[in-house]
Amino acid sequence: MKPLDPRLLRRAKAARAFLAASVLIGIASGVLIIVQAVLLAKGIAGAVLHGEDVTGVAWALAAVVAGRAALMWVQEVVAQRAAAAVKSTLRRQVLEHALKLGPVWLSGERSSALTTLLTKGLDDLDPYFARYLPQLVLAATVPAGVVGWMATGDLIAAGTVVLTLPLIPIFMALIGWATQAHSRRRQQALDVLAHHFTDVVTGLPTLKLFGRAKAQEDAVRRVTDRHRVASMSSLRVAFLSSFALELLASISVALVAVGVGLRLIEGHLGLQTALMVLILAPEAYLPLRQVGMHFHASADGVAAGEEVFRVLETPLPERGERTDVPDLRSNTLQLFDVTVRYPGRSEPALDGFDLEVRPGEVVALSGASGAGKSTVLAVLLGFVVPERGVVVVGGSAADEFDPKVWRRQFAWVPQRPGLRMGTVADNVRLGRPAASDDDVRLALLAAGAGEVELDKAVGERGQLLSGGQQRRVALARALITEAPVLLLDEPTAGLDAEAEATVVAGLRATGRTVLMVAHRPALIAAADRNVVVGNRELVPA
Amino acid sequence: MRAWALVRPERRVWWRMVLALVAGVAASGSAVALLATSAWLITTAAAQPPVLILLVPIVAVRAFGVGRGVFRYVERLAGHDAAYRVLGETRARITGRLERIAPAGLSGRRQGDLLARLVLDVDAVLDLWLRVLLPVAVAMVTAAATVALLALLLPTAGAAVAVAVLIACTVVPWLTAQTAARAERRLAGERGDVAAAATETLLTAGDIVAFNAVDDVLASFSASDARLAAAERRSAWSAGLGGALLVLCVGGASIAGLVLGSTANITGAVFAVLVLTPLALADVLGGIPAAAQLAIRVRAALGRVQELVDAPEPVREPASAVALPRGRDLEVKHLRVGYGDDDVLDGLSLDMPAGSRVVITGASGSGKSTLAAVLLRFLEPRGGEVLLDGVDLASLEGDQVRSVVGLLTQESHVFDTTIRENLLLAHPGASDLRLWRALYLARLGVFVEGLPDGLDTMVGEHGARLSGGERQRLAFARLLLANRDVLVLDEPTEHLDEETGRALLEDLFEAAGRRTVVLLTHRPELAPAHALRQSVRLT
Repeated sequence: MKPLDPRLLRRAKAARAFLAASVLIGIASGVLIIVQAVLLAKGIAGAVLHGEDVTGVAWALAAVVAGRAALMWVQEVVAQRAAAAVKSTLRRQVLEHALKLGPVWLSGERSSALTTLLTKGLDDLDPYFARYLPQLVLAATVPAGVVGWMATGDLIAAGTVVLTLPLIPIFMALIGWATQAHSRRRQQALDVLAHHFTDVVTGLPTLKLFGRAKAQEDAVRRVTDRHRVASMSSLRVAFLSSFALELLASISVALVAVGVGLRLIEGHLGLQTALMVLILAPEAYLPLRQVGMHFHASADGVAAGEEVFRVLETPLPERGERTDVPDLRSNTLQLFDVTVRYPGRSEPALDGFDLEVRPGEVVALSGASGAGKSTVLAVLLGFVVPERGVVVVGGSAADEFDPKVWRRQFAWVPQRPGLRMGTVADNVRLGRPAASDDDVRLALLAAGAGEVELDKAVGERGQLLSGGQQRRVALARALITEAPVLLLDEPTAGLDAEAEATVVAGLRATGRTVLMVAHRPALIAAADRNVVVGNRELVPA
Repeated sequence: MRAWALVRPERRVWWRMVLALVAGVAASGSAVALLATSAWLITTAAAQPPVLILLVPIVAVRAFGVGRGVFRYVERLAGHDAAYRVLGETRARITGRLERIAPAGLSGRRQGDLLARLVLDVDAVLDLWLRVLLPVAVAMVTAAATVALLALLLPTAGAAVAVAVLIACTVVPWLTAQTAARAERRLAGERGDVAAAATETLLTAGDIVAFNAVDDVLASFSASDARLAAAERRSAWSAGLGGALLVLCVGGASIAGLVLGSTANITGAVFAVLVLTPLALADVLGGIPAAAQLAIRVRAALGRVQELVDAPEPVREPASAVALPRGRDLEVKHLRVGYGDDDVLDGLSLDMPAGSRVVITGASGSGKSTLAAVLLRFLEPRGGEVLLDGVDLASLEGDQVRSVVGLLTQESHVFDTTIRENLLLAHPGASDLRLWRALYLARLGVFVEGLPDGLDTMVGEHGARLSGGERQRLAFARLLLANRDVLVLDEPTEHLDEETGRALLEDLFEAAGRRTVVLLTHRPELAPAHALRQSVRLT
């Protein structure tokens, strides 16, 4: 993400409003800074040269100071509120987009990385909004105004500032560019250190086993010291950037002050103008210095923003819009030559797979683990787009249909059901929100979970239920739908033979089409047909 | 703060801190002096005196201009150097402390969480010194010096500035910290809700999409998200009050100088100094609110570290240990042991003569690992005793016991270094021949021989470049190399598939030779049949 990313402004209305407000506040701040300088100069010069009374000036100054304090407060309030709104907008957008990208895209590390982003990561935008952006705006508004006003009094001083001011970003960029390798090396040294410390701490029990733990205190000290020396040598170079910044700013102020002093002696300048120039000169450099200071504080926020846009800019797979999905109660479901390859894998997860499922059939999918059985279900649910091949129903390809309408044909029991916080009934009703208590109870009964109370809380990730209960609740959730096809991923894992037989009988009784991933011989035998995934032969049961 | 003992610098680091402080004060002081001398110079110059009078102030102004940058650079370097030294020392102290607590004292869930955050939390030491203590100290000393200077010029003006500085150094940080802490408290609940909702939604994404519930779920997420945003907006009103107050303080000090100076009997130049010098304080004191805000987080992080290292030591080493007995017969008598308020084992008796094979079975949670901890003197029994050749383990030092008893756990830690270094840990200075012997006994020799770098192969973080079975075999080779007479195997096959597990156990028992082997497992069926003769079941 760039310092001021147009994508951020485009995505979040609050960011645009905030930027506008910040510009207004920045301009107002600049004006007050100038007014304050003028008043101070007038007060001092008037008192020194003419012995004027300062009461009026003092009151005016008090008003200006109060105004600056108020602006400071307003800026912070506006920033916090904007940050809250922007974070909220981005959170929703990211979550929505992630769900649209689907569970397969989300699987593995991405899900936990995204969770971190949505919870902690986006909060790193706070300093970006509260410190960095306002300073960026101030850096763009205040110096220009200040130098302009200085020019009305003393062109030479203004000229000095105009000449030195651009040197600051130029030098910073140059030095930053030159020290990049150094700061990388330093970061690496720090990472190595932290890693060593982690390794030692987690390995302490092992070290203790071999009587080596007591030596670790000194080992940590020694390793830290070695890397500290390395990292200090790169810090000496890295700090040159801020050194140049400070030096340029303060030398320029000194130059302005001395120059003004000398011109005063020669009588080319009045005291009031000279004082005004002296007060304003540091103000011209201050915003730029602070941008540099806050840049690092906002780096994490910038990284989080970067991550957000990486997600939001991941294109969604193209899907059709037809809503006239043929009813699978009377239409055969066919897969032709379906090949799926997950990103980053060279081997296809499913290779040239063919399948035909007629209405009312119970078909088992078997095969070695990793053969692609679950992938077949993912293809049918539209979670993955096959690289090659097609799913056909009633003469139309599945991807012509609106996925939402298409999915109404299927009810799914995943291998690891994701139960949501709430009661058992809440979870079953995910299948049919309008279902009555009796319907829910019947579904649970059919799933072999008649003993589970409807209002029992399932806890976080279903923790309050046993593994077997979670599966059966998920099965009930599928049975309560009106979907003609059930897609079951090892529906009887964790059940004993008797319970398994009950479930299978229950499935048959519904008369629905069933496509189930099965490992156990008993379950495979209960199906009308067994299809082995992984090699292309169809094995009749 | 109790954590002080952890984060306190050593004596030889103190002077670096002082150097950083002095350089920092010199840098900030230069900024103040630059403005003060400039004000004096300009106001004096207005009277058009001979240029010679102004030579000294002109040189001073230039010097202060250069000084600020140079001193700041020195402050940064000295401060970072000192802070990194303190960080290293703190890490070393924590390691030393954890050495006494691990592993039995760190086995609770709370400790697990704290341990996971430890590295990040310890880094708060850097923030503490570099971003809280040092800048605040620099600001306070510089501000005090400025007040003293102004008081010399005009006592009343000095007093007025002193009040402003006092407020800036006390009320401003207090207000900032208070509002930040209150917002934090208020938001914690809403933040937790949003985090939980986001986590759950992502974890159950498949279910949500498959059942077409995306819109409902998003709507309910949006609701809790909106509550968080609203709470954040409400707490925004109090943010920035500290910063605003600081502006008032500095401005007020300047106005006080103007009003008090205009009626005092002082030269025009001194008057200008009185009015303009306080303006430079804005920069000096400006970092205080941020430091106060950071201090809260630093305190929380160091508090967590403190909580971790405060865990009680699970074992009391004897005041003077007796000599290690020669025999290797182990006997457990009426053992009672546990964590917290619960006893995990109560009244367990076992006889494990030298060279015996004992298989101890039991479901997870039945106390197998607790028994292992006692046998290795990681944990103190609450009742009963464990005897080695008739000597109570409690009268031996832990390291003595562990020179006899070795352990292989389900997740043996493999260090992120070479295979050789991982092995040498068990037997420093062992010859390559011995390393290879141990590897072959653990049935890993052929594998390592096949690696391009052989013994010098890096195993990756937590041994990530090895498979689970290879990792366990490497750990076993290490254990063989250490040459312990009693081998405790605590679920060594837990994370392996059935076939790999069976083969590993077969090899373990064979390679153990004449050593005593105690296998703790909930899958006794994987153990070779001959090992099962002496089998005990924990309930």
